Amino acid sequence: MTIAGDTESTDARTTDPTRAAIDQANDPSSPVVRFGPDQPLLLDSGTRLDRLQVAYQTYGTLNRERSNAILVCHALTGDQHVGNEHPVTGKSGWWSLMVGPGKPIDTDRYFVICSNVLGGCLGTTGPASTDPATGQPYGLDLPVITIRDMVNVQARLLDHLGIETLFSVAGGSMGGMQVLQWAASFPDRVFSALPIAAGARHSSQNIAFHEVGRQAVMADPEWRGGRYLTEDTSPRKGLAVARMAAHITYLSEQALHRKFGRNLQDRDKPTFGFDADFQIESYLRHQGMTFVERFDANSYLYLTRAMDYFDLAADYGGRLANAFRGSKTRFCVASFTSDWLFPTVENKAVVRALNASGASVSFVEIDTDRGHDAFLLDEPELFDTIRGFLSSAAHARGIG
Amino acid sequence: MNAPQRGIPSSVARVDHLVIAELVTPGVRVLDVGCGDGQLLGLLEATRGVDGRGIEISQKGVNECVARGLSVIQGDADTDLVDYPDDAFDYVILSQTLQATHRPRDVLEQMLRIGGKAIVSFPNFGHWRMRGMLLVTGRMPVTRSLPHAWYDTPNIHFCTIRDFVALCDEIDARIEKGVALNGSGQRIALTAPWWFWNLFGQQAVFLLSR
Repeated sequence: MTIAGDTESTDARTTDPTRAAIDQANDPSSPVVRFGPDQPLLLDSGTRLDRLQVAYQTYGTLNRERSNAILVCHALTGDQHVGNEHPVTGKSGWWSLMVGPGKPIDTDRYFVICSNVLGGCLGTTGPASTDPATGQPYGLDLPVITIRDMVNVQARLLDHLGIETLFSVAGGSMGGMQVLQWAASFPDRVFSALPIAAGARHSSQNIAFHEVGRQAVMADPEWRGGRYLTEDTSPRKGLAVARMAAHITYLSEQALHRKFGRNLQDRDKPTFGFDADFQIESYLRHQGMTFVERFDANSYLYLTRAMDYFDLAADYGGRLANAFRGSKTRFCVASFTSDWLFPTVENKAVVRALNASGASVSFVEIDTDRGHDAFLLDEPELFDTIRGFLSSAAHARGIG
Repeated sequence: MNAPQRGIPSSVARVDHLVIAELVTPGVRVLDVGCGDGQLLGLLEATRGVDGRGIEISQKGVNECVARGLSVIQGDADTDLVDYPDDAFDYVILSQTLQATHRPRDVLEQMLRIGGKAIVSFPNFGHWRMRGMLLVTGRMPVTRSLPHAWYDTPNIHFCTIRDFVALCDEIDARIEKGVALNGSGQRIALTAPWWFWNLFGQQAVFLLSR
């Protein structure tokens, strides 16, 4: 079966996968900034990180006034390679439809920064990074991190790059959570904000799905209590199952039915066995297997946990509007009709809070059957909205 | 999509929009409910320097507004006004939308809760042409400004000027000012009696307060 849009190489990699994962975590093919014990990072969990590394990509040119920087925040399984070929998979950037020359987030006009999140596995400190205290990968010795910790790390990166105020901060899903956290934590550093297909909290159902994924990883005997890198194994099966379950939540019933229906995979009739008889089974298995090539299982645990812990209102006395009180930031919130992971109602809760706090907010609900993942796909209405929103904000900010 | 210049109306402003703009004090906070493509909001920002927000039900309208640099959310006057806190705005405007709402009375009450003042413009179903068509043809009136057949019109709650005034009475809304425009868009003299307004006003604009 050919899967639309799938250009991933299926060639067996010759490099040792354990070595490759550790190399990507410590020595990525992106610029990095390192912070030492003189600037420890205090975490929400009450612990601290004495050494921190941040990997990032930039696109376009920072103008003389340093006023045209846009921070793109990536989602759970994304990374800093928003607009360039991925170093592991060879695929084009995960948001190359949105970010690039002449694209809605126009790199001819704006200076775009995207960094790997804290807890990630492509060069920013995460569970696969080497713990300076032991010389071994952190594994589960890394403290549990939060969305706010991620944002604090991004703020440090911007300090390092000499960018005081962001023209905009944009992202979908977990990226949208970071956008909201940015607007709440650093209102004066955010001129405009684009949270897409996101919410101000993770719902009980979303936590439930994440827990299924984590249990799948941890039930794999190769996970070895999180020490699989040290023991030179890999919980591939567990992580693949986690990805398969999660992938269903990124789509919609209509889209699955439209793409796969009940079609059989390379056969005329069922085999009366447990092989992948149906195309949808084959598709999910493929999604699972390709995911483990590029993602660290422990990172998956840490990042899903960070999303579960996210509840912005709880940090502001239970009233979400308090998180945005007095905010001068211009917001544009977008949701998708068929998204059941971050449904419109969750996005609208953010809009309501912004209205209640008197903030400037626009909101669109894009009509599509492609589910949560629509934010990554070719959705012209979304592109038009973002292009228009950024252009008018650029005009207000005096960006040519 | 080309973003029009912020605040500059894309075409010559409509008379009813100009009437509304005159009723709005400069520099205030305004919510335009059912703001369409943002023409009125753009006019108010450009000529009155207001801090404007909008609600619009159609995605196309919202996109046009956002591209103009207006802060507009996709939403429904009937269901979404409850989300706004009391006194969030100085003026809440409902321009040519009242007759398309499911519960006009609730919408009016919500407007007066959210804003200190409300501005409502609507087509007057008591206009002599409407009365004449109903009387002579015995069928629901269809005119150039209200071109829909009864079975596919978005306008489900037509009223006359007198009906509207009665509703304001019922919900204890004070009428601060009223303007009626005749078929050629000219104002009907303030001194004219209600029955005259109701017969010759093709549309009306009212400024209300609590």
